[in-house]
Amino acid sequence: MITREDVEHISWLASIKISDEEKEKFVDQFNSILEYFHQLDEVDTEGIEPTYRVVDLANVFRDDVACKSLTHEEALKNAPKTENGYFKSPRIV
Amino acid sequence: MLTQLKDQLVAGSSEEYLQKLFDKIEHSSLNAFTTLAKDSALARAREFDRKPWQGLLAGIPIAIKECISTQGIETTCSSKILKGYVPPYDAHVVERLKAEGAIVMGKTNMDEFAMGTSTETSCFGPTRNPWDLGTVPGGSSGGSAAAVAGGEAPCALGSDTGGSVRCPASFCGIVGLKPTYGLVSRYGLIAYANSLEQIGPLTNTVEDTALLMEIIAGHDWRDTTSAEKGSYIPGLKNGIRGLKIGIPKEYFGEGVDKKVEKAIWDAISTLESLGAAWKEVSLPHTRYALAAYYVIAMSEASSNLARFDGLRYGLRKDEDQDWHTTYSEIRAEGFGPEVKRRILLGTYALSAGYYGRYYLKALKVRTLIKDDFLRAFNDVDIIAGPTMPIPAFRIGERINDPLSLYLADVFTVPINLAGVPAVSLPCGFSGRLPIGLQLIGKHFQEDLLLRAAHAFEEATPFHLKRPEAV
Amino acid sequence: METDVIIGLEIHVQLNKLNSKMFCGCSTNYHNSEPNSHTCPVCLGLPGSLPVLNKKAVEYGIRVGLALDCKIEEQTLFYRKNYYYPDLPKGFQISQYDYPLATGGHLLIKGDDGERQIRITRAHMEEDPGRLIHAGTIDKAKYTMVDYNRCGMPLLEVVTEPDLRSPKEARVFLDKLRSILEYLDVFDGNLEGSMRVDANISLAGGDRAEVKNISSHKGVEKALSYEITRQRNLKRRNIKVVQETRHFDELRNITVSIRSKEQAHDYRYYPEADLVPIRVATWVPAIKASLPELPDAKRDRFREQYGMTDDHAKALTSDIKVANFYELVAARAAPKLAAVWVANVLKGELNYRSLAVDSFKPDHMVEIVNMLDSGRIAEDAAVQIIRTILDKGGSPGQIVSDLGLTRAGDDAVLRAVREAVAESVVAVEDFRGGNERALNYVIGLVMKKTKGRADPAEVHRLVVEEVERT
Ligand SMILES: [Mg+2]
Ligand SMILES: [Zn+2]
Repeated sequence: MITREDVEHISWLASIKISDEEKEKFVDQFNSILEYFHQLDEVDTEGIEPTYRVVDLANVFRDDVACKSLTHEEALKNAPKTENGYFKSPRIV
Repeated sequence: MLTQLKDQLVAGSSEEYLQKLFDKIEHSSLNAFTTLAKDSALARAREFDRKPWQGLLAGIPIAIKECISTQGIETTCSSKILKGYVPPYDAHVVERLKAEGAIVMGKTNMDEFAMGTSTETSCFGPTRNPWDLGTVPGGSSGGSAAAVAGGEAPCALGSDTGGSVRCPASFCGIVGLKPTYGLVSRYGLIAYANSLEQIGPLTNTVEDTALLMEIIAGHDWRDTTSAEKGSYIPGLKNGIRGLKIGIPKEYFGEGVDKKVEKAIWDAISTLESLGAAWKEVSLPHTRYALAAYYVIAMSEASSNLARFDGLRYGLRKDEDQDWHTTYSEIRAEGFGPEVKRRILLGTYALSAGYYGRYYLKALKVRTLIKDDFLRAFNDVDIIAGPTMPIPAFRIGERINDPLSLYLADVFTVPINLAGVPAVSLPCGFSGRLPIGLQLIGKHFQEDLLLRAAHAFEEATPFHLKRPEAV
Repeated sequence: METDVIIGLEIHVQLNKLNSKMFCGCSTNYHNSEPNSHTCPVCLGLPGSLPVLNKKAVEYGIRVGLALDCKIEEQTLFYRKNYYYPDLPKGFQISQYDYPLATGGHLLIKGDDGERQIRITRAHMEEDPGRLIHAGTIDKAKYTMVDYNRCGMPLLEVVTEPDLRSPKEARVFLDKLRSILEYLDVFDGNLEGSMRVDANISLAGGDRAEVKNISSHKGVEKALSYEITRQRNLKRRNIKVVQETRHFDELRNITVSIRSKEQAHDYRYYPEADLVPIRVATWVPAIKASLPELPDAKRDRFREQYGMTDDHAKALTSDIKVANFYELVAARAAPKLAAVWVANVLKGELNYRSLAVDSFKPDHMVEIVNMLDSGRIAEDAAVQIIRTILDKGGSPGQIVSDLGLTRAGDDAVLRAVREAVAESVVAVEDFRGGNERALNYVIGLVMKKTKGRADPAEVHRLVVEEVERT
């Protein structure tokens, strides 16, 4: 069972602030969705390898060649806040 | 249709045709488009009219889903968090389309970040189904499907993570293909669940889908999972005499609408009359596919959507606090409820102590589901069944019950888990609403799949019927 | 030496000899460039971009792994390490977790009491984050500026077992590691931020603190010394050392707490589906065969081949450039004498001026050692020549004659040369007339006068000098 505290912890971990109202709703919804997920417990997966990707490829590389980068302007164009050619971030602590 | 259209445009005017589409879109109530690239598209069409160029799609407009990057055209995934983001580069598929002479006419609506089956969660508001404006067009590529079905675009691209091309193709009565994982480069496709998704065409006919696949499929060094393409047009009309079709018993029965079930059996009879033979096959792990799919998709989404922090692009608040607080608030404001739900559940599924129970377990079940298909394909060439268990539902009907929405994907998600290709094409109606037939192929056998689809289309009238509502 | 200090290091090494970044084609040559001028959709984490691995980065990683006596794994995978920080544009770092590139090696260092083997747990590949510039100190800054030029630089993270017993040992270990990396030609340690260290430190029985992101070897020694004192003081006052993450403030030479155990990250590692597995076992033999002689082997060889002391051998081999310089000199001048002058004098003068060995020409060193060897100049003159070259430039011969540094009249060879030239008027005329061989007569005379104890080559040089002077 997911509790309100669990939802709060997940919200902190995922860095998404949620309101008290959302917390209530998510507790219920998460419990019903997770209960549905628990069907997976019925499946015997002993000795079964996980499938991370369906294509069976290995060793795909690029050569060590430097190519053209974006221009400085292109790089910063979509940024909401910049200063002296830097992206401007909130303070860390 | 596209080939004929090309000839018409060379004889007539690409600009006139495009202008007519734009006029129609502006008076439309479908809400299929989010951004129209009117200036650049009309300028390009005028150029074409002055001196037509060569190319498989020369002078033909195409609509591109909101989650596929287009240089100079806003690309938002229909999310408030990406409002205003204009990519400085084109997705591989867009580069390929342009190289074949196509004109990008605009971007189409979708469920926010492709998380949905109804195109109701878009920050641009819901798209409507051209067959019945009160129902959903399916999702998440609902805008692309509605635009094509409603005659607002001759063809479109969507993306399919768990059915997002096939579901709206089915609900809107058109053709939609989810290619084999790796066949179409994902470079430029904004990721939702990157181990599952592929870009695919949405068109009026199977032949048009084959044409688009000739263009967008094939190796791209920028996507390390990308593969070489096959050839889709030459064998298209070779017929299906001797084709062995598998009918999975798990795709019928409980939860499947009676009219849908009947339309599918009629379709199987049609295929039989064209020289194919069918037999029952079993995909025993089908009932676990939804749970496995949602665990995997949500987990990957929690990581793929971590980059939207308002620093390099996207939503940002005027006043900053500390990093964690600012970041958490941007995401609280920028993401809709379904996106938050999936990120939070995905974060939980990957978190310390739960990884083995959810994510790893789901990946093992994925192996079993993939093996189901491989085993079935030992006996048959393709598999047939319904795309969706139901026809399109009413707008607002399911949006507040996430689990019931998820359940509608029961026949589409196994295909993404296995990475095999599948096409949805119209095979009947339930009242006014179209029903989709899903044909599933072996890895990289799109040629055979499209040949079967084309044979069915030639033998049936469903693709010729167009909605009147719009 | 008995101690209760336990130190383990995680060293992030930039493979900065590569031309391009880890997963994109941006140039690694970003030092001295304006911020955010070496970025692309991939390293900026723009939506839709995908990583493609630099093949040579893997080769470099294997080279380092082999040099550290590690096992190169049959299959190696990339994972996503999920955490949110402004220097991390995707919200995750592509790194390795299970299945790292190299495991289980060791490095021999001169420890506090004799030679010690420091075990290497693993070496894995990852991408460098961007660079943060705080307006003021990290804990007081109002905002932070971000430069992504560094973002995506290829990193190799070398992790040691907690085998180090003092801050000094940590520093010795890092010096040795740097030396090996430069021998392998994968790394230039002079570039800013090219090696950054996280240090885990505890006193026996206590919890450990992790000090993050120390960017110099001197810094590591200082940070660790500060930490030991801090933890000892806590212990003395019976306060428990808590497990936490601390930041080293280079300006104040102290560490400050930035995260407690409770706030510890849950990185939610999971495999990166956008990159395929790497199977490079077959590359190993060729790479192994191409490994250069490493510092320890070179040191043994120098000692034996050139008959120098172990201290000199060590001093001459710790830096590959010095070792190469020395060997060029030793090929054309007395090796033992050259060892003394390069190791003791030249290195000291270079260090004093913070110059690298490439600011001195091997030819000049050959000339100086030969002049010393023949007794033409005295030791203090040689020191003066070296200093003059470093400070003002010029060549040894020029400086000798300008400053009159030749040893006074008691030089028997020089006296014999002067006499012989004066006595050989005809031969000297012939030589001036273009007959090179005429000098042999003069040289023979010198050899006779010195009873064969002079070096014929040196005599040849002195005779030519004397002829030109008179
Ligand atoms: Mg690391
Ligand atoms: Zn880049």
